[in-house]
Amino acid sequence: MISLVQRFWGRVSNDKRALFVGYVLLFVALAFLPFLLSLTVGRMWVRILDFALIYAMLALGLNIVVGFAGLLDLGYIAFYAVGAYTWALLASPQFGLHLPFWAVLPIGAAVAALFGLLLGAPTLRLRGDYLAIVTLGFGEIIRIFLNNLDHPVNVTNGPIGINKIDPISIGGADFTRAHEVFGITFSGVHIYYYVLLALLFLTVVVCVRLERSRIGRAWVAIREDELAAQAMGINTRNIKLLAFALGASFGGVAGGLFASLQGFVSPESFGLLESIMVLCMVVLGGMGHVYGVLLGALLLTTLPEILRSTASPIQRALFGDVYVDPEALRMLLFGLALILVMLVRPTGLWPSPKRKKTLDISVTKG
Amino acid sequence: MILLELKDINKKFGGVQALTSVSLTIQAGEIYGLIGPNGAGKTTLFNVITGVYEPNHGSILFDGKSILGLKPYQIALAGIARTFQNIRLFQSMTVLENVMVGMHARTSTGALGAVFNTSFSRDEECSVRKKSMTLLNYVGISIEADNLASNLSYGDQRRLEIARALATQPKLLALDEPAAGMNATETKDLKLLIQRIQADGISILLIEHDVKLIMSLCDRVAVLDYGQKIAEDVADIVRKDRRVVKAYLGGELP
Repeated sequence: MISLVQRFWGRVSNDKRALFVGYVLLFVALAFLPFLLSLTVGRMWVRILDFALIYAMLALGLNIVVGFAGLLDLGYIAFYAVGAYTWALLASPQFGLHLPFWAVLPIGAAVAALFGLLLGAPTLRLRGDYLAIVTLGFGEIIRIFLNNLDHPVNVTNGPIGINKIDPISIGGADFTRAHEVFGITFSGVHIYYYVLLALLFLTVVVCVRLERSRIGRAWVAIREDELAAQAMGINTRNIKLLAFALGASFGGVAGGLFASLQGFVSPESFGLLESIMVLCMVVLGGMGHVYGVLLGALLLTTLPEILRSTASPIQRALFGDVYVDPEALRMLLFGLALILVMLVRPTGLWPSPKRKKTLDISVTKG
Repeated sequence: MILLELKDINKKFGGVQALTSVSLTIQAGEIYGLIGPNGAGKTTLFNVITGVYEPNHGSILFDGKSILGLKPYQIALAGIARTFQNIRLFQSMTVLENVMVGMHARTSTGALGAVFNTSFSRDEECSVRKKSMTLLNYVGISIEADNLASNLSYGDQRRLEIARALATQPKLLALDEPAAGMNATETKDLKLLIQRIQADGISILLIEHDVKLIMSLCDRVAVLDYGQKIAEDVADIVRKDRRVVKAYLGGELP
């Protein structure tokens, strides 16, 4: 089934006119998707879609670090936290600051990038497992700091979190409330959907352009063979730091949007499990492949929700009672899905065409 | 004109003295051979020159400037390119992309240029692609451009490593056992390629086990044994050197 899709994709992506028609259809579909969802399955699903888009942005950021540059980062959620808290502190009653979104968003990205450098600089010599351990520690340090920065000086409110965070607003129009444009009522989650979709589109463009550039090649060269990359005149230190900083800044933007959509942040949202979840999206989708990672993020955010809402009714219809709690079932099926994908498609659901080729050959050789 | 000058290089690994006061000079435009039995310190010397190891003692001048203590990438920028004894290509990249990575040092598009797709970055990308293709032609594997590096035959992988090294636009090309594992035909082709590179004005440092190749190709040859240089001269004289024969055969015939 997936290989069918791939074959179809290969044919379409070679035909310019088909590609154009495809893009137009995709655009129209994406534009009407929230209305379709709120009409059929309820507005809650538009909200889930919003979160899926945020996670997709996050996964694309991590993909730069893990997928392109091959630096295994298990503390990536820390940058999400930094972005979220930057927004929360600069645009909420916490300090009485209410900076506009066009100022907070870049500041959040910059602060997260700074933290990316902070993590990258001491870990330049580390690779693989060792890097994973240090980054894991880094992620926990950030979370614990956020949890405890309520005394002696109260900065983050500690475990209580920060409330009443400003949403994105233009000219006093609050984006989390419903607005009427041309006679159509857009609720808050609808407006956010379009904002997030636009930002995700930008993120994808940035990722694809970076991947195909001199910088992207240098990242892959470092991933493949660091010593050989150095021998080619690549300043591996700077290029790695660039990957850390850029990846982190994507996380920072996603975090800021999360805070503004949610209106509330607390350290609880930024645990180790979240880091691993984002890494799973990257690995499951296809490490190093922008569209694959996108697919992974969308699947891993929407499927559990679909399961959550269908598990109980299905059980009741089949067995007359709910035997397995949907929450327990979710983790069970999630684990099973991961194992299956890694067994059947070790390079992910939708790997980049080149990586897939390597694998096929190594399999036939072995 | 002296291109590379090593003076009194010493390198220790713990208690092992890998190199003992090795001095040598490579003239601009020559093919300089470095031979010696296994474990003589050839690759160590090679790694000292390319900045992978820092010597405990000694000085290295390249093109009149000291390159001692520089990082490998800075040495590549200074104009020394290398290949590896055990081929180290970027396996999951295409053949063309491998060479394009080699151009990294001589190009300057940054992350911003790439993201905004500036006309400068587009032009540079285009010229990098063209030049890389020319280099693939030069070493004779342009037909494989879109193939994955890992799919190439052994001899072609060696050629790709040379093309990738040439992409850094070096003054000195250092080849670490380029003929290892090659058959007679491949070795003959390699010899022609090396001569062609020399004719195009690039000096070559060649480490090789194939003594026949070294003797027929090199302008001058140095012999290492137990980390010491025991001979350095034109091939014909080195071949008859008493100490060289001893190092290779373990003593003179009675």
